[in-house]
Amino acid sequence: MTTQLPPGIQLEKIDDRIMTLNVGPQHPGSGHMRLIIKVDGDYIVSCDPDPGYVHRGEEKMAEYRNYIQNVPHLERPVIHDSSNILYPYCLAVEELLGIEVPERAKYVRVIAAELNRCIYTLYWLAIYGIFLGHSTMFMWPAGDRELFIDLLEAMSGARVTHAYLVPGGVRNDLPANFEERCLRQVDYFEKRLKEYQAVFYKNPILISRTEGTGILSRTDAIRLGTTGSVLRASGVNFDIRKKEPYDVYENLDFETVVMKEGDSYARSYVPYLEMFESCRIIRDAIRKMPKSGSVRTKLKPNPKGGNEEVYKRVESGRGALGYYVVSNNRPEPYRVKISVGSFRNLICMPYLLKGELLGNMPAVYWSLNYWPVEADR
Amino acid sequence: MSSENDKDGQPSETTAESSENAKSLSKEDAKKFYEEKGIDLSPDAPVKPRPIPPFEKSISDKVASKFGSKVTVDYVRESRIRISTKKEDILDVAHFIRDELGYDHAESVSGVDYPDSKEIEVVYHLGSYTDEKLASQVLTLATRVPREEIPNPGKDSSRMTSLREVFYSVEFHERECFEMFGVYFEGHPDNRRLLLPEDWADIPPFRKDFKIKGR
Amino acid sequence: MIKEFFNQDTAPHATNVLVGKLGEVLVRAVGKPLDMAINWGRIWSLWPVHLETACCSVEFGAASSPRYDVERFGIIEAFGSLRQCDLIVVMGTITRKMAPRLRMVYDQMPDPKYVIAMGACAITGGLYFDSYNVLPGIDGVLPVDIYVPGCPPRPETLIQGCMLLQEKIKRMKGA
Repeated sequence: MTTQLPPGIQLEKIDDRIMTLNVGPQHPGSGHMRLIIKVDGDYIVSCDPDPGYVHRGEEKMAEYRNYIQNVPHLERPVIHDSSNILYPYCLAVEELLGIEVPERAKYVRVIAAELNRCIYTLYWLAIYGIFLGHSTMFMWPAGDRELFIDLLEAMSGARVTHAYLVPGGVRNDLPANFEERCLRQVDYFEKRLKEYQAVFYKNPILISRTEGTGILSRTDAIRLGTTGSVLRASGVNFDIRKKEPYDVYENLDFETVVMKEGDSYARSYVPYLEMFESCRIIRDAIRKMPKSGSVRTKLKPNPKGGNEEVYKRVESGRGALGYYVVSNNRPEPYRVKISVGSFRNLICMPYLLKGELLGNMPAVYWSLNYWPVEADR
Repeated sequence: MSSENDKDGQPSETTAESSENAKSLSKEDAKKFYEEKGIDLSPDAPVKPRPIPPFEKSISDKVASKFGSKVTVDYVRESRIRISTKKEDILDVAHFIRDELGYDHAESVSGVDYPDSKEIEVVYHLGSYTDEKLASQVLTLATRVPREEIPNPGKDSSRMTSLREVFYSVEFHERECFEMFGVYFEGHPDNRRLLLPEDWADIPPFRKDFKIKGR
Repeated sequence: MIKEFFNQDTAPHATNVLVGKLGEVLVRAVGKPLDMAINWGRIWSLWPVHLETACCSVEFGAASSPRYDVERFGIIEAFGSLRQCDLIVVMGTITRKMAPRLRMVYDQMPDPKYVIAMGACAITGGLYFDSYNVLPGIDGVLPVDIYVPGCPPRPETLIQGCMLLQEKIKRMKGA
């Protein structure tokens, strides 16, 4: 059926209605990355992520430094989760060089990793809160995070970039009275976390903005190869700490948090619940830790790896984090590849944002637990 | 190393002497010096015989019996299997791995440059979420593509079939591999630049012949 | 002088001299207090652009957390448009892809504008001195007012940097 239009009037073409928006790299709603978003009215038609604004060539630099020199710069991609990003590197180098780690060091590493996971999750929660316009949720986690930072500062001497985990164990032993301090902090923090529930997770504004937006089904979560909280929020029970336990995680008492909804709310709720599990792990690790002993196996000067390759992975704040290290009888690695959770979850963005309201973009984007610096490496 | 540290200190007679002594250390003295400090000088990375775990062996046997001489099983270790194949066969092998063995996603796609043998290795790390038994396993699927002396990304002979049809999750990983190594993935819908600046005019940076500043 | 003023031949010239002298007196009397007033206004409303460039942004976030609370020095965490901002804190590494965008952001800001280079990467390239994609410092892209060293700088260092910037603005010419 064709209708006769009055002269001089044309029907609007679909291409004219679509507008392209550059979200980022300077935009409060996206970190150091750009999303090229096409909108039809208020609805997102397509989204093309453009990362790489913090691509610093970590993997190339690692080929020019020896195994120990690589430690400080490899923690920089996620400085607020630096224990977890160094963890698989240490595991990989230990396997390459055939180093045994002392028993106490394994527990200390787990404690450091879990403290760091709390620090990461609190920072992420603060940002998630502020981008949904919830200022209290910026201030509370940012303030509570400082207490964990104090603990790690007492352990290692630095605020965020501590390079505490090194191949062969940890850099130095725990300070005096650390266990008591840590337990006191964990007890306080658990009480505090319950208050978050009332002010943030039961807030009707948050619920209306996040519930039902950006739904990722279980099948798609598996097909897209997502990881971490995104995967567990979609109903897949997968946590490397349980499935492929490293160091002493098999002796410790904790559970994997899984939710079935797969929307932004579930994705923001899973990391929150995991902080309770982190507290349980810390408490359990302090109880089971050997009270004295060495914490570091000394490496030979300038150690050389054999002619082989290793792939090691751990569960970080953003999901599975793997290091693929190839060595060729040299003090420097031949190739280091960092497989990071943020980069793996990048593929969700065009998928989830399609058909979503533009106003829901920050709610979906930040629920993916995405840290651009890590994704770019 | 110790002699260098001594030089940095106050230039007194004792330090000067000790640094001279350290310089004139013979090989045996140096060995003794390290032994006193408790540093062991035996060859690095002791080669230990690794036991071959039975479950991993059964998986690799399935692939080996299906494809015979087309695939090579490089190693079978605890939770890690590495299989390498020719680039012509990789699509069949990948289909078999997904449909018959139950691996359902790719964790990473990495390239490794081997200028001596004029090849670039493309390594897929595959994992499984659906199969409970395979949860701890990572299967490494490797293939090699020819390497050009003077690369021309997208137009030269370093190209292989994309595995995006089989493992959807490789999309961004293969884009990264294309820009960092110049390996073109045929059948990939989106072989664009991802991380590097738009005006990057140099050779792909992760190749071994790309030197970084001052090194 | 008054005689000359009424002399018809030299009148225009003399008038100019008189007005010029009066102006000078006026500038001396008003200029300094005016500068002080303008600078006082600028000091207490340093609004930074929300531009996170690398990992130092974590410590920038910590600086506005309750413990450090940078807002008490009049530096407010901004979420507005960059056309309302007058401070740009370059938080860390600037890559080759980011550099043109950084300049674009700077050019869009209204005058007067101030730049703080935060972290070793923004000052010299820092840990990434030999990386192929990192600029060796941002001096080539922007005129920097204050350098805040550290990798990453502690929030206290950043706050001190901001206070130094306030000192610097106090001594600047106002209009």
